[in-house]
Amino acid sequence: MKIAKALATGVVLFVLPISLAHAGTLDTVKQRGHVKCGVNTGLPGFSFPDDKGRWSGLDVDVCRAIAAAVLGDAEKVKFTPLNAKERFTAVQSGEVDVLSRNTTWTQTRDTSLGLNFTSVTYYDGQGFMIKKNLGVKSAKELDGAAVCIQAGTTTELNLDDYFRSNGMKYSPITYDKGAETVKGFEAGRCDVLTSDQSQLYALRIQLKDPGSAMILPEVISKEPLGPVVRQGDDEWFNIVKWSLFAMVQSEDMGISSKNVDELKANSKDPGIRRLLGLEGIAGKGLGLADDWAYQIVKQVGNYAEAFERNVGQGSPLKIARGLNALWTAGGLQYAPPFR
Amino acid sequence: MSEKPLSAPSETKTSLLNNPTFRSVTFQVVMVLAVVAFFVYIANNTLNNMAQRGISTGFGFLDQKAGFGILMSLIEYDADHTYGRTFFVGLLNTLLVSFLGIVVATILGFIIGVARLSANWLIARIAAAYIEIFRNIPLLLQILFWYFAVLSALPSPRQSLSIFGVGYLNVRGLYLPAPVPEPGMLAVGVGFVLGLVAAVFVTRWAHKRQERTGQQFPVFYTGVGLIIGLPLLVFAATGFPLGWDMPVLKGFNFRGGLPVIPELVALVLALSIYTAAFIAEIVRAGILAVSHGQTEAARALGLRPNLTLRLVVIPQAMRVIIPPLTSQYLNLAKNSSLATAVGYPDLVAVWSGTTLNQTGQAVEIILMTMAVYLTISLLISAFMNWYNNRKALVER
Repeated sequence: MKIAKALATGVVLFVLPISLAHAGTLDTVKQRGHVKCGVNTGLPGFSFPDDKGRWSGLDVDVCRAIAAAVLGDAEKVKFTPLNAKERFTAVQSGEVDVLSRNTTWTQTRDTSLGLNFTSVTYYDGQGFMIKKNLGVKSAKELDGAAVCIQAGTTTELNLDDYFRSNGMKYSPITYDKGAETVKGFEAGRCDVLTSDQSQLYALRIQLKDPGSAMILPEVISKEPLGPVVRQGDDEWFNIVKWSLFAMVQSEDMGISSKNVDELKANSKDPGIRRLLGLEGIAGKGLGLADDWAYQIVKQVGNYAEAFERNVGQGSPLKIARGLNALWTAGGLQYAPPFR
Repeated sequence: MSEKPLSAPSETKTSLLNNPTFRSVTFQVVMVLAVVAFFVYIANNTLNNMAQRGISTGFGFLDQKAGFGILMSLIEYDADHTYGRTFFVGLLNTLLVSFLGIVVATILGFIIGVARLSANWLIARIAAAYIEIFRNIPLLLQILFWYFAVLSALPSPRQSLSIFGVGYLNVRGLYLPAPVPEPGMLAVGVGFVLGLVAAVFVTRWAHKRQERTGQQFPVFYTGVGLIIGLPLLVFAATGFPLGWDMPVLKGFNFRGGLPVIPELVALVLALSIYTAAFIAEIVRAGILAVSHGQTEAARALGLRPNLTLRLVVIPQAMRVIIPPLTSQYLNLAKNSSLATAVGYPDLVAVWSGTTLNQTGQAVEIILMTMAVYLTISLLISAFMNWYNNRKALVER
């Protein structure tokens, strides 16, 4: 009869996850009291734990913004570091509520994995980092090169497309983790390291001698990186999508963590009043408190603040806004109207 | 369940429910049905869940174009091939590293195991130190150590170490001339097979003659002569029908030739050094398990020490050695999946790494990967059991 009991337990275990998946993520998160967020295992500027174990980065701030909107406290996030191979399974299985881990939005991923990309946190493109002493000035001169890549990424496919469309040969050395990829590059196992440009800057400052390597000018792909949620929970999809939009919109309107309290108290601008939940639909459609956007700006900041603090001029990476500037400044960051 | 009832059933009629055979069979059938039903339920449930969440299922992806490159492949492969092909590329790379690892580990393990028992103090201590060091450091660390140690020690492609001007060694690997067979090579192959067959016959004949007359015959040297000498003779007679494809430095690195990548070297090195430590202990245990009386008896018969070892001790020790040796082979085959850490394109790296991530079909891919490792392990196990049965003590 022990066996029968074991069988029964097994059946229950395999039935349980289905019923959980049916419950709305929003209710689950509210009940649980924190957001479970999947992030990179360690990528400076995007998600990186400091020596006290506190996570910081642009992707991390997106998680914090969601927590601020849903729970009113940006600190109520539990971060799960995931490598490239684990990330989708972690969202599919419900291990994390949202994946904010420099993940490229592609058709296959959006349509056949049971996942949805909500929006774009960072517009990236794939590039090459090479040792300066090889004297290579352009990616077109890379015929026959050995290339270090991280496994399980769109990078592998772009690389092949690029080399073949230019009639060049290469040998790929595919590592599991970012750290080993850098070590392989440093040890000279490969001539070039390829990855998204934002990552190349982050990896370059991890080299023993960052001056010995340079980043080639070519950008060989479009890499829109954004948060990912499970398909089929539209309420949660909306919350994640609009949390990021709120950050962009507040930058657009000149609202920052520093002036948000003052603007909330004194501003007559109807646009600002709508965003901060003082009039209009506020949080009703999302199922959130009316001041959800205020909490994001107050606790996390607007998109510009998050960008500059983590990857821009306020960080060691010093990446220019480029494509990630607001649409008004010639970039691609654009939020639909809040009305 | 097939135990005999304590008291033999008498003529008296008992109810079918009290019939031990019936009960035992019924319980077994019910149990099997329950287990089958359980797994059918799980599979069904999984499929339903995945369909509900919009996750693609099925094996249709095997025919899709892969679109990514792989560092090393034993079969022809480029990004135009299918995902199905990447499976075989990974599988063959796994088999290659397991096979090389097993061969090297066995040779190294036997040498060290015997050295551990050597009467020479220094040799015995060195062997002991080897065993204690390498079996007590986690394998993954050893793999990373060998990989990055080897990489750091080697020069860049443009400063390659030349090996007599025909091979080159640099941080990208070892570049050897690749043999290119020309038409006459077939005859050399035939010569080799003939030499092998002849060697087997000579061995049998010499064995019989020794049993009959007691005279010995230099079987070893004759065998070597036949197996190596005959093909060499044919090779010379047909005018050396073999070309060499030499590696040439061009652009970033050498092209052509036969490249041996450092990932493979580091992995084989780490796996075999690690496993050899365990095999050495097994060999030592096996040899110590043979009673000393056997050695003394052999000496009393006038056998020289190396003959004693070869004809008396080792054959008996093998019976003790083979079963645990099988486990070590299985471990090595399974440990080869750590390859992914150093970028060697084995099954786990290529198939359940890149392919899984490109297609997102985790359930199918992980199931196939597990099935492969299970099959490899069962095949090794079956072979070793067959070998063990041949070597096992036959009671007469």
